[in-house]
Amino acid sequence: MSVEASIAPVPGVSRRQGTAGRRIVRLAQNLGAVGISVFLTVLGLMAITFFIGRVIPIDPVAAAVGDRAPKDVYEATRLAMGLDRPLYEQFYRYCVAVFRGDFGMSLSTGNRVVDDIVRVFPATFEMASIGIVVGVLLGVPMGVWAAARQGSWIDQVIRVLGLMGYAVPAFWLGLVGLAVFYARLRWVGGPGRLDIAYDGMVDPVTGILLIDALLAGEPAIARNALWHLALPCAVLGFFSLAYIARMTRSLMLDQLGQEFIVTARVKGVPEWKVIWKHAFRPIRIPLITVIGLSYAGLLEGSVMIETIFSWPGLGNYITTALLNADMNAVLAGTLVIGAVFIVINKASDVLYRILDPRAR
Amino acid sequence: MSDTLLEIRNLRVSFPTLQGGRVEVVKGLTFGLGRERLGIVGESGSGKSMTGRAILRLIRPPGRVTADRMDFQGKDLRSLDESAMRAVRGAGIAMVMQDPKYSLNPVMTVGEQISEALETHERIGRRDVRRPVLEMLEAVRIDDPVRVAKLYPHEVSGGMGQRVMIAMMLIPRPAVLIADEPTSALDVSVQAQVLDIIDDLVRSHGMGLIFISHDLDLVAGYCDRILVMNRGEIVEECAAGRLSEATHPYTRGLLAAVPRLDEVRDELPVMDRRAGAPA
Repeated sequence: MSVEASIAPVPGVSRRQGTAGRRIVRLAQNLGAVGISVFLTVLGLMAITFFIGRVIPIDPVAAAVGDRAPKDVYEATRLAMGLDRPLYEQFYRYCVAVFRGDFGMSLSTGNRVVDDIVRVFPATFEMASIGIVVGVLLGVPMGVWAAARQGSWIDQVIRVLGLMGYAVPAFWLGLVGLAVFYARLRWVGGPGRLDIAYDGMVDPVTGILLIDALLAGEPAIARNALWHLALPCAVLGFFSLAYIARMTRSLMLDQLGQEFIVTARVKGVPEWKVIWKHAFRPIRIPLITVIGLSYAGLLEGSVMIETIFSWPGLGNYITTALLNADMNAVLAGTLVIGAVFIVINKASDVLYRILDPRAR
Repeated sequence: MSDTLLEIRNLRVSFPTLQGGRVEVVKGLTFGLGRERLGIVGESGSGKSMTGRAILRLIRPPGRVTADRMDFQGKDLRSLDESAMRAVRGAGIAMVMQDPKYSLNPVMTVGEQISEALETHERIGRRDVRRPVLEMLEAVRIDDPVRVAKLYPHEVSGGMGQRVMIAMMLIPRPAVLIADEPTSALDVSVQAQVLDIIDDLVRSHGMGLIFISHDLDLVAGYCDRILVMNRGEIVEECAAGRLSEATHPYTRGLLAAVPRLDEVRDELPVMDRRAGAPA
């Protein structure tokens, strides 16, 4: 193919025709671009949290030393906190501290904020991840099925479920779920991550109880953790399922109306293949964004769900901190949520490029 | 005709209207097709595309297709179940669609799409499928099939896309090819190329061709026989060479609307679309 390689690129000819070496270079360039854009977005995010920290009507010095501290103590603390320095320097120090993982102390728990977040985030992560898996595994096939049988009773049922996902409040579904499946039927565990008897029996290694319990060789505890996860994950799963199914359905309907679907049928391709191969393959790409955003929403920590199920997660932590004017914790939590969004967005961007030949 | 491929009698296609009635877009079409090239001409909305799709039973509910007879090589298409019908689609009757920009799957390579057409109808291994695909691409006059097979539809030009479409439709060696406006999305310069390829392959494979178009000259040039459709009905049937002798007022109107290089017109003639319609 040396002849081809030597002629100038013809318009309309793919850029993917390059040699392996060129492909690696382009991959590196892509990754570099992604890295730079992540860095800049994080910087912007920090600027916002920093700014919020300055404009809220809570005096950080008074928050640290208390209302009745003598003037000289107040002043000394202010200097020690660097609040007399120019803003850009304060921002620089803030950034350095953040990159070191130093968010200060939490007033409400008395721990370092980093330690708190490292403790609460895995709880949310565990619940959100199982929730999104439930949502994807059920929501995507349901959406595809509804679109393939548009107008049938199955379609109607799935559409009503989707509507319920919008209309039913999370706290109501959580409470009713507890009343029925925990209090009455005893099918699932109650609030909290474990039964009290098991509490604190495994060392947190990853913070994800299911994994920690298995690592510690305690299948009974893992089973108990799963039992407690079942209901909150089902509720979260239902909400993401409803959204994902609705989006999948409308994306699929869009594809099924395209000419290339007729082409596939003209070729004699069986209907299941028309649906899963020809119509579903193109929608995987926008679906990634839908799922990504849905997952990010769950990772943010559903305050309602975490409160109802006494889940020691991020949503619960930030809400408590906010109610106690614990700004260090609130800002750190905000930063973590923002970072989660950035990571998931970038990850879906990268996947997008892998899956869509037009974006490569 | 001793060897009739397709025999259609009283074909009707209708769709429901918002008022609760039904509107017929194809009204009692009757024609036969042998190993010949049959042109169907008419304006947009005359029902010519619907005819092609109805033969392949691709009109989905709430659209409805009825016919007194719809035979393909002695098989009654109306009574076939879905899987028998799928065997006819592609392998028996294939259809070249209008615009390659929309009718090729955007996320599958050209090679994948062509090999799928073959794999659907023949037991053939992943490895063995490569050769016939490349040969087919060569048959539609693509110079470097190895490279083109790896391209995605957005990476090929319209003319090349349509040649890929033809390759995809002809690789299972169907007996009848329906070409539904195969060149109207293409530049004039590549139209002739694409038509030549279709013509060449249809002759060498001994297929029957139904060429659907709104372009009278094109149809007259590439077909043996012509059906003129208006408002869902055949208003005239004649040999391609005798189109100028057509008698039906609608056909005369269409012919009069074709511009000529050697004349100057002050005013373009307006079609009398009610011509020949039952009063």
